[in-house]
Amino acid sequence: MSNALLHYPNITALSQALASRKLSATEIAQDCLDQIKQQASLNAFVHVDADLTLAQAREADATLAAGRGNILTGLPIAHKDLFVTKGWRTTAASNMLRNYTSPFDATVVHQLLEAGCVSLGKLNCDEFAMGSGNKHSAFGPTHNPWDRSAVPGGSSGASAAAVAAKLVIAATGTDTGGSVRQPAALCGVSGIKPTYGAVSRYGMIAYGSSLDQAGPLANSALDLVDMLDVMSGFDQKDATSAEHCKGLPNAQGRIRAEFDSAAADFNGNPAQPLKGLRIGVPKEFFGEGLSTDVAQAVEAALVQFQKLGAQRVDISLPRTQLSIPAYYVIAPAEASSNLSRYDGVRYGHRSESYTDLADMTGRSRAEGFGPEVQRRILIGTYVLSHGYYDAYYLQAQRLRRMIADDFQAAFTQHCDVIMGPVTPTVAQPIQQDQNDPTADWLADIYTLGLNLAGLPGMSIPCGFGTGVSGKPLPIGLQIIGNYFDEGRLLAVAQQYQQVTDWHQRVAGQA
Amino acid sequence: MALTDQEVALIARLARLHLTPDQLDQAQTDLNKILSVIEALQSVDTTGIEPLAHPLAAVSDVHLRLRDDVVTEITSTERRAALMANAPGAANGLFLVPKVIE
Repeated sequence: MSNALLHYPNITALSQALASRKLSATEIAQDCLDQIKQQASLNAFVHVDADLTLAQAREADATLAAGRGNILTGLPIAHKDLFVTKGWRTTAASNMLRNYTSPFDATVVHQLLEAGCVSLGKLNCDEFAMGSGNKHSAFGPTHNPWDRSAVPGGSSGASAAAVAAKLVIAATGTDTGGSVRQPAALCGVSGIKPTYGAVSRYGMIAYGSSLDQAGPLANSALDLVDMLDVMSGFDQKDATSAEHCKGLPNAQGRIRAEFDSAAADFNGNPAQPLKGLRIGVPKEFFGEGLSTDVAQAVEAALVQFQKLGAQRVDISLPRTQLSIPAYYVIAPAEASSNLSRYDGVRYGHRSESYTDLADMTGRSRAEGFGPEVQRRILIGTYVLSHGYYDAYYLQAQRLRRMIADDFQAAFTQHCDVIMGPVTPTVAQPIQQDQNDPTADWLADIYTLGLNLAGLPGMSIPCGFGTGVSGKPLPIGLQIIGNYFDEGRLLAVAQQYQQVTDWHQRVAGQA
Repeated sequence: MALTDQEVALIARLARLHLTPDQLDQAQTDLNKILSVIEALQSVDTTGIEPLAHPLAAVSDVHLRLRDDVVTEITSTERRAALMANAPGAANGLFLVPKVIE
C-alpha cells in the first residue's frame, strides 16, 4: 500500500475504510511514517517517533476491534510544535526549547488523543508562532508542497504543508494574526480559526494571549467539522475559555449540531441553498497591493456563491489598514510579557558561560531566542515601558475596540458573513530580502482584524495563481463570521465545496 | 521620533537580552523601522474609547475566572522529579542558580 491518503482523501472515506477493517490504523500510521521519510525534504516535521505513533495506532485498532470507535479513531494527524506533548519533544521551533519535554499534554492534544487520533509527531512552525512564512524556525524553513522554492505560509506553515503533501489527514495549528488561515490559503487546504475562547489554550505555548486560538487544518470544511468539534469545549484550566457560546454550553457536539442544522436548512432548497445569506464584501480588502490572480479567484468564488443563492453586499471595514499597527503593538507587548518566563532557570536553554544571575538570564535569552522573537520582545518591552504605555499600548487597545465595533456594525446592519481574500498574493519565494523586519507585515492585512476582534474565520481553496517560479500556487478565500458562528461558517463553506473541486486538487497532480 | 542607542540599550536591559554592540546597532535600525510603521496609531482620534483587552468584552461582560484555592496537583517526589526534569541545573529538589548573596 502506498500513500493511503491519496486513495482515501478525506476523513469520511478514511474513517469508513477503518470501520470496515479494510485498513488498520497501524497500516495507515506506518504508511504515513514512510511518506514523512520520503518527503523529508519538505522539512515539515521536527520530531517523529515511530514507536510512540505505532503504540497509539495499536490502541486505536483495539478500540475499533471492540466496536468502540468514532469517526476520528485511527486517523493520522500531527500537532504544530506549539502544543505541549508528553513523549514527543516540544520546542516551539526555538533553540530556547530544543530539548524540552513536557510533563503533560495540551488540552487540544488530549482531546484528539481521547477521540482516538494517532499522532505522527510534531510539526515545524515559525519560532514561538512569530512569522508568516515558516522562515523563522530554529530547524530551518518548511517548503510549500506545490513549489519547493516557495514558503508554505506561517506560522502554522508545516501544518498546512503536511496536509497538502498527504503526510497526515489533518493537523492542529494556532492563529494569532492569521497563522492558520494564511498557510491554509498558500498550501491549498482548508483551515479555521474559531472564536476566541472556543478552544482551550491550555498547553499551547503562549505568544499573544488575548489573540491566540487553536484551530484545525484539513482537506475540506466537512473534515474541519469533525476536528473542531472535538477540539473545542470549555476548559477550567484556561481562564479565558468560554463557558457558553450564544447561550449554549461550550462542549463537544456544539459545532456539529450547528453545522448539521445550518446544512439541513441549506439543503432544503437544492436549487438555491444559500438563498437569504448576505455576504458582506469589504471594499478595503480589494485595494492597492492585491494581486490580479488573487482578486480574480476571489471574485470568481463570490460569483459562485451568488449562483448558490447568496446575496452580495458591499460593506466597509474602515480601519482595516490600522489593524497592522494595532496588532504589531498588542501582539509583541503580550509576547514580551509571556516570554519573560524563559530565564534559563526552570527549563529551557542556559548559557554555558556567565558571571551572575542577571548575566545568566540575559545571555541565555540572547542565545536561545532567534532574531524575529528578539525583535518582538524588544518592541513589546518598549511599548509597555513607562512613558510609552499610554501612547502605544493603550492607544492600540482603543483602536482594537474600534476595529471590533466596525465588524459588529457590519454584522448587525448589513451581512451574515464576510468574504474576501486571505492574502494579497500567492506564496512568495523562501529566499527574500530580510533587511526590513516589517516587509512581511503588509501581507497580514486581511487576517489581523478578526484576531483583534476575537471573531471566527476560515480559509478554503478557491483557485490558483502563478508564483515567482512560474508554478501554479493555491489561492484561499476567507470567510469571516460573527462570534461562535463556526458551525454555520463551515456549512456555508461546505456548500461551495459541493459545487467546486479546488479543495480536491493534490500538490504535484494539479 | 527615533530611538537613540542609549534607549535601545535600556530596552534590551529591561527585556533581559544580553546583546553585543553589533546586535544593539542592528536592533536600533530594526526598532526604528518598526516604530515608523506603528506610529500610524497616533493619527487616530480615540477620545472617549475604552481600551479593549479581552476581545469578547467588545460584546459581552467578561470576567476572568479564578479557580478554588486548593491543591490540584498530585504531590510526590516522583512528580517533583518529573516537573524538574527540564531544569538546566537542579539538586535535592531545588533549582540551581549562580550565587546571589556573597
